[in-house]
Amino acid sequence: MLLDFEKPIADLEAKLADMKQLAQDKHVDVHTAVKFLEESIIKLKKETYQNLTRWQRVQLSRHSERPYTLDYVYNITDQFIELFGDRTVKDDKAMVGGFGAIDGQTFMIIGQQKGRNTKQRQQRNFGMANPEGYRKALRLMKMAEKFNKPIVTFIDTPGAYPGIEAEERGQGEAIARNLREMFMLKVPVICIIIGEGASGGALGIAIGDKVLMLENTWYSVISPESCSSILWRSWEYKEQAAEALKLTAEDMMKFKLIDGIIEEPLGGAHTDINRMSQTVKQEIIRNLDILNQLTPQERINLRIEKFCSMGVYIE
Amino acid sequence: MSWFTRKEKGIHTPTELKKETPDGLWYKCPSCKKVMHTREHKTNAYTCIHCNYHEKIGSAEYYELLFDKNQFTELDANMSSSDPLHFVDTKPYTGRIVATQKKTNLKDAVRSAYGPVNGYDLVISCMDFDFIGGSMGSVVGEKIARAIDYSITHKIPFLMISRSGGARMMEAGFSLMQMAKTSAKLALLAEAKIPYISLLTDPTTGGVTASYAMLGDFNIAEPGALIGFAGPRVIRETIGKDLPKDFQSAEFVLEHGFLDFIVDRKELKTKIATLVGMLK
Repeated sequence: MLLDFEKPIADLEAKLADMKQLAQDKHVDVHTAVKFLEESIIKLKKETYQNLTRWQRVQLSRHSERPYTLDYVYNITDQFIELFGDRTVKDDKAMVGGFGAIDGQTFMIIGQQKGRNTKQRQQRNFGMANPEGYRKALRLMKMAEKFNKPIVTFIDTPGAYPGIEAEERGQGEAIARNLREMFMLKVPVICIIIGEGASGGALGIAIGDKVLMLENTWYSVISPESCSSILWRSWEYKEQAAEALKLTAEDMMKFKLIDGIIEEPLGGAHTDINRMSQTVKQEIIRNLDILNQLTPQERINLRIEKFCSMGVYIE
Repeated sequence: MSWFTRKEKGIHTPTELKKETPDGLWYKCPSCKKVMHTREHKTNAYTCIHCNYHEKIGSAEYYELLFDKNQFTELDANMSSSDPLHFVDTKPYTGRIVATQKKTNLKDAVRSAYGPVNGYDLVISCMDFDFIGGSMGSVVGEKIARAIDYSITHKIPFLMISRSGGARMMEAGFSLMQMAKTSAKLALLAEAKIPYISLLTDPTTGGVTASYAMLGDFNIAEPGALIGFAGPRVIRETIGKDLPKDFQSAEFVLEHGFLDFIVDRKELKTKIATLVGMLK
């Protein structure tokens, strides 16, 4: 599925492929034309992706081919052992986790997981975790702490699931507890928003020493659609809502609500998943080195101070 | 049948001849529709004398109900909202704040104070729903954070009275991070082993439920209060089914194990003081 602003680029790329094919079949020299087309494509890509609107970034963050948590896990770990269940109710397929080795260092890796096709999407509940998902995540984080392994979380959710059972089993309590407990974790915590970072459902696994956002992701208190429906009383104002919410990585960095932005390949993470994974891997290792310089108590203090300094008010 | 039809249209009694009761003398219960004297309603802790419906009240009323002789010292009374995002929807956020401040005579959606409750010192932060739906923005987060700091410094138990629709959208990312900020402070309060009582009142939903409201050593609620993470409308739209009766009521939440007890407002002060006394 192509997004609107991807189409002109795809058209040019198709043209280029045709031309190359023609040259091969008919032995025509199209050298100059090919070069010209290639340059046009790069130029158009740069123009498009450097001037994306906030809503277009939201669209990219939800791209159907965008890498999900387990794509990163399998691309960056040498070994991975997935662990299941919250030990209370069930296993939540929208929240995955397990021990993984990255360049010989064991990490606890946790994240929301979306599905690729209809069946998977249902199984993964569209990346919307239930309370047991948050409790599974906390169980795994406590285990990481016990064995002194750093934690990486991948955030990619349109929100915590709003359902009857979720309320019965205390969705609010589950998220709240994670927030409080994550502040006291003695091991380094690195949180990376890889797609959608919607509200409390995202924050529930995003209390970290380093909170990083990929370039084409969003992180805010509400999705543009829901914001539009509440404030404008119509679903039609999602573009305006996205602008008003200032929800992109660049915005969040400017407000000092995150610690860094991870660059994506030109055209978005889905255009080169391998390269994207390598960048993510390097960022994890680089940030862990920085965090390892601190004692557990220093990390906890800084983590608390950082989040407590967020907010703008008049006195 | 001519006596049934009005000969002349409209009402002709001049205003000065109308026999009206003064405004605010009678209170009509929105639940059982019965009428009672406002004085009677007030002495009954703003609960209906017929059906015990708990009227939605704000910080001024709770402080008067709880603090001995209404004696308290307010903290950060002058803090008010800024507009870091220059947020505009159907109207600008700054305009909304100013208009609401004028209308409600409040600075924002929470007030904090300390004072004696049956002789025990207590820090109480109390939300005001009338201020943009009791929504949590930077001011709410910061004032609660500072109230907790005060509790820790002076080793005084902390009572949080929540009544909120959740996060304040007009502060977007900043609003979200107030959930983190208040939870961080509560982690420190827990570490200092100072009691935290969280009272959930009608309604408590969204980001408030998913942070400080559910983190009490004691999570307690008023009868009939709506308590949930997602609002009922959102859930109904998501699952496409009607919701069970009493879904997300305080009684429902208690039955599912997320509340310590439900407390009638008339017994709130005694019960809190007793609890705090037992932990001394």
